[in-house]
Amino acid sequence: MDLIVEDEKVLEARPSIGFVHRGLEKLVEKKDYIEFVYIAERICGICSFIHGQTYCQAIEEMMSVPVPPRAHYLRTIWGELSRIHSHLLWLGLMADAVGFESLFMHSWRVREQVLDIIEATTGGRVIFGSCKVGGVRRDINAEAMRSLLKELEKISEAAGEITRVFLRDNSVKKRLCGIGILSKEDAYDLGCVGPTLRASGVAQDMRQLGYAAFKELDIEPITRTEGDSFARCAVRCEEIFQSIGLIRQAAAKMPEGEIAVKVAGTPKGEIIMRTEQPRGEVVYCLKANGSKNLQRFRVRTPTFANLPALVKLLQGCELADVPVLVLTIDPCISCTER
Amino acid sequence: MLPAQTLEEIKRDELVRRVQDLRRRKYRLVAISATRLAEDLELTYSFDLESALLSLRLNLSLDQARVPSISSVYWCAFLYENEIHDLFGLEVDDMQVDFHGKLYQTAVKFPFGARKTPPEQPKKAPASSTESQVQANRGVVVGSEDVSMPAPAH
Repeated sequence: MDLIVEDEKVLEARPSIGFVHRGLEKLVEKKDYIEFVYIAERICGICSFIHGQTYCQAIEEMMSVPVPPRAHYLRTIWGELSRIHSHLLWLGLMADAVGFESLFMHSWRVREQVLDIIEATTGGRVIFGSCKVGGVRRDINAEAMRSLLKELEKISEAAGEITRVFLRDNSVKKRLCGIGILSKEDAYDLGCVGPTLRASGVAQDMRQLGYAAFKELDIEPITRTEGDSFARCAVRCEEIFQSIGLIRQAAAKMPEGEIAVKVAGTPKGEIIMRTEQPRGEVVYCLKANGSKNLQRFRVRTPTFANLPALVKLLQGCELADVPVLVLTIDPCISCTER
Repeated sequence: MLPAQTLEEIKRDELVRRVQDLRRRKYRLVAISATRLAEDLELTYSFDLESALLSLRLNLSLDQARVPSISSVYWCAFLYENEIHDLFGLEVDDMQVDFHGKLYQTAVKFPFGARKTPPEQPKKAPASSTESQVQANRGVVVGSEDVSMPAPAH
């Protein structure tokens, strides 16, 4: 962000992006639709899995691929693990932004436990590489699932300790409460998505569309009404536990069976696929003309949608509040610029 | 599996009026996308109301790639319009926030603008070992050698 300031007040904020623009959308001309999932996964390192999942779902919908139910559940479990680690990463950064370094370290220590689970089940900590068109590449057997749930219990306890500090500590609340208030109408009109929108009272969560295994699971969007930075923090804190609950539900309901089907042919047509990333709604617009390379691959990431709201929030704020306000939309520059 | 997705074809002159109508009906702007076709530039404006997606499709000929901005109706549209301008060379009139082509830093101006449909993968003749080594060492390149690209601006 470029800021125009006068004394300690921000007069205007201008997004200054483009330094991480890698031209990933143009790579459809080089990579065919099967191997392009590797590019989609590498749009971002934090929400990598859900990028890959959204891409695969879009291709599968276009080609009417019957993905096995077990694969849907596995995708749901890994997607929610991705959400937990993303929110813990964000909590750590928020603690760092308000000067609470030990809380930052504790948040990332708990995040390491989540990454250990992801590594044990997929082989990768950051880029999972487990989603493919037609299903998933790896399975989680019964023993691994028991171990995962046991670890999740410890993570739930540790996350409880950390989120209690975020939600009750006076020094944290002083930096977050009443800062950067986004009304319900403004949040909706400015095109906000994800926790940024839900913290202003709009109950919108793309998981309610019922993709993957979500149609079989109980999910209610977590909302707050204050619309300030504290509300955005509180929504993310509560979503950690919501995701833990969803993983437990998915583990209990997951059926036995195949984890992938063979995919033959080439896609033709166009589709818009939406899923809920940790930062909000991601939109994949794919267009195919029957060749093995897609004609168009366009991604609208949640940070891109939340940037206009950030520009509005920064106008008139105090300079010292800028790091907190920028962080409360949970910006991901790799996603924004692709 | 997906909820309802509707696509409406419109003309350039109808764009702002239709968008104003959607705004009155409380639709949320989801995304603005552009696709370069053989002879046209295809714009898709997607809106959402209670999980139902409605898209307005606008086809422009490449020599008339100009549209009015909808940022006076949906302020957040400025970011999408600037992006499409920088990547495709689309001219957008009266943007509320105009980066004048400086939103994205690209080595090639309008990187999507000069390309037409994705090229056919050429059938490769058996290569000599030297040629194979050169090919193997070459990384992924944005743009293609078979389309003349303007020299990067300095």
